Amino acid sequence: MKDKNPKSHWRASLRLTGILLTSWFVLGYVGPILCRDWLDANFPTIGTAPFGFWLAQQGSIIGFVLILIIYAVCMNRADKKYGYNEED
Amino acid sequence: MDISQSTLNLIFISATFAVYIVIAARSRAASTKEYYVAGGGVSPLANGMATAADWMSAATFISMAGAVAISGFDASRFLMGWTGGFVLLTMLMVPFLRKCNKATVPDFIGDRYYSRTARAVAVICAIFICMTYIMGQMRGVGVVFSQLFGISIPAGVISGAAIVFIYAGMGGMKGITYTQVAQYSVMAFSYTIPAVFIAMALTGNVVPQLGLIGNYTADGTAVPFLTKLNAINTELGFAEYTSGKLSTINLFCITAALMCGTAGLPHVIVRFFTVKDVKAVRKSACWTLGFIAVIYLTAPTIGAFSRVNLIETLHTTSYSEAPYWFKEFEKTGQMAWVDKNNDGRIQYFGPGKSEAGTFTVFQGKGPQYPEYDAPEEQRIGIHGQRLIANKADFSNPNELYSGNDIMVMANPYMAGLPPWVIALLMAGCIAAALSTAAGLLLVLSTSISHDLMKKIIKPDLTDKEEVNFARFASFAALVVAAYFGVNPPSAFIAKTVAFAFGLAASSFFPTLLMGIFSSRVNREGGIAGMICGIAFTSSYIVYFQFLGGTKEQLFLGITPEGIGFVGMLINFMVAFAVSSMTKPPPQHITEMVANIRTPSGSPKTPPEDFEI
Repeated sequence: MKDKNPKSHWRASLRLTGILLTSWFVLGYVGPILCRDWLDANFPTIGTAPFGFWLAQQGSIIGFVLILIIYAVCMNRADKKYGYNEED
Repeated sequence: MDISQSTLNLIFISATFAVYIVIAARSRAASTKEYYVAGGGVSPLANGMATAADWMSAATFISMAGAVAISGFDASRFLMGWTGGFVLLTMLMVPFLRKCNKATVPDFIGDRYYSRTARAVAVICAIFICMTYIMGQMRGVGVVFSQLFGISIPAGVISGAAIVFIYAGMGGMKGITYTQVAQYSVMAFSYTIPAVFIAMALTGNVVPQLGLIGNYTADGTAVPFLTKLNAINTELGFAEYTSGKLSTINLFCITAALMCGTAGLPHVIVRFFTVKDVKAVRKSACWTLGFIAVIYLTAPTIGAFSRVNLIETLHTTSYSEAPYWFKEFEKTGQMAWVDKNNDGRIQYFGPGKSEAGTFTVFQGKGPQYPEYDAPEEQRIGIHGQRLIANKADFSNPNELYSGNDIMVMANPYMAGLPPWVIALLMAGCIAAALSTAAGLLLVLSTSISHDLMKKIIKPDLTDKEEVNFARFASFAALVVAAYFGVNPPSAFIAKTVAFAFGLAASSFFPTLLMGIFSSRVNREGGIAGMICGIAFTSSYIVYFQFLGGTKEQLFLGITPEGIGFVGMLINFMVAFAVSSMTKPPPQHITEMVANIRTPSGSPKTPPEDFEI
């Protein structure tokens, strides 16, 4: 068992949260709301749906689920790395 | 075999009820810990399902697809707002709050900001948010019950309230968690099965989500489904399905307010206090959003499909040839037809087809009907249609009125699906209303028994007395909710949804967030921030919803739905400003904040605190 390292653990946690929140913002706001028309015009269609529209009604939701899965996996790994692995 | 629709409905609903009651009876809560957080040992998967059932109310279940059908792209704000909020919730809130090991959300706020005032403000917010929600749920249960058993709506509301009380009031969190697992299963099946059948009929695709982005094949040709939908919409004078009417900034703010509101709703946060540890919280959040996504990815497909079905089956159809279900919905007042041009055909047109730019069928909000003892020519038209008492609105040619709420219910009828699908849908609808009502009731009762009674008014309550208080509080809350279910301030309920999310976004979300991520924000800052956020948001909403504020007066064009986002920013700014001018929080609070950031070990809480 490694020694507990709260500072590094918190820093790793903040970094991960920052990265994932940025992708959350891109998926939920930048893509489907702010740049929707540009995406519709310049990105390939998903099936027969325009990209921005698809992102707003399907893609972002799928993306949110993936973000949470990545978060859970990476945080559990960080727990192990910085010594918070014990069962209690 | 020939079983009538109502018998089938009854069989399905009684069967699901039997399951719920058995589950609830087997998991009665004995202690406060079991009552508040189900003993803290629910598996992540079960908690995920239960949270998903709790989250999806009757309104979501019934009305959301209808909202998508009517507003197309603009409805994305609900789809993204009510799922994206879980990302915030999971990464910024629940793992830390779970670590703190509190029973309720106001409990955390009271301790972190070491103040009774903060706790009291939080309790009031929690009660208000839950109360607005639960009123709508009770009404929903009442309406469905009255249709099913042929009883009056008040009797339906009261029997619904009795059922909720039996298993939520008695079983506590433990009882409702396991019941909600069963309820989620019923909801998911009943929502997706009709969508699959309809997707096959319209697009030849088994997966509805692929049908939406596939081709429309029902008439033999293959055109992209959304192109087809846009074409029939514009042909009838409606806006293109895929283009939105809301301004970008408004859409942005509404989506943000819904997301932050979601992350600050006490009845959602408290669900994550029921699992074992921080690891389990993260896992459970993945399951929750996954289960919610099943419904939220299906809603836009149901909306789009039913839009096509509605127009194709009803527009320019003569009333005498209209399908039988149209007459059924006429009976319940959810659809109505006014033959403005006396041609005996149903015409459906949008605002683009009239100079006035309107498409209201009649004057007034909902259809009004003549008294049942009125002469027959006032009740039944020459084609056999049900006449309404409202004056027709002749500024436009639209003749078809349909409520938003019927899309999901009418869908299986429109697609000609077998009766058992409709029965299943009825059961799903009741499951949605009951599960949400139960979850809300629990938060209401614990806020009152734990935060108000135990922590503020009468600190010497024993564990047992507290549970009894919780039961009594849930009974009292139900009585109030049932009263409003019977006498709905109808315009009020619809408007207060914006209120609930706005309040959660401008009070709980920022206050919790600062409590976790900053050890500098102190009592003065926390309270000032909460009060300013709430005051701004609620006065803006009250002004524009109830006091007749006009469109021109809107701040940056942001509607009341989205103002919670601005209220949240105000909360942050005020809290930081006030905190920097007053003295930092005491040592034990700094230690508490440091402690909640580490995922394991025992929680560090102020000494006088109640531990669960």
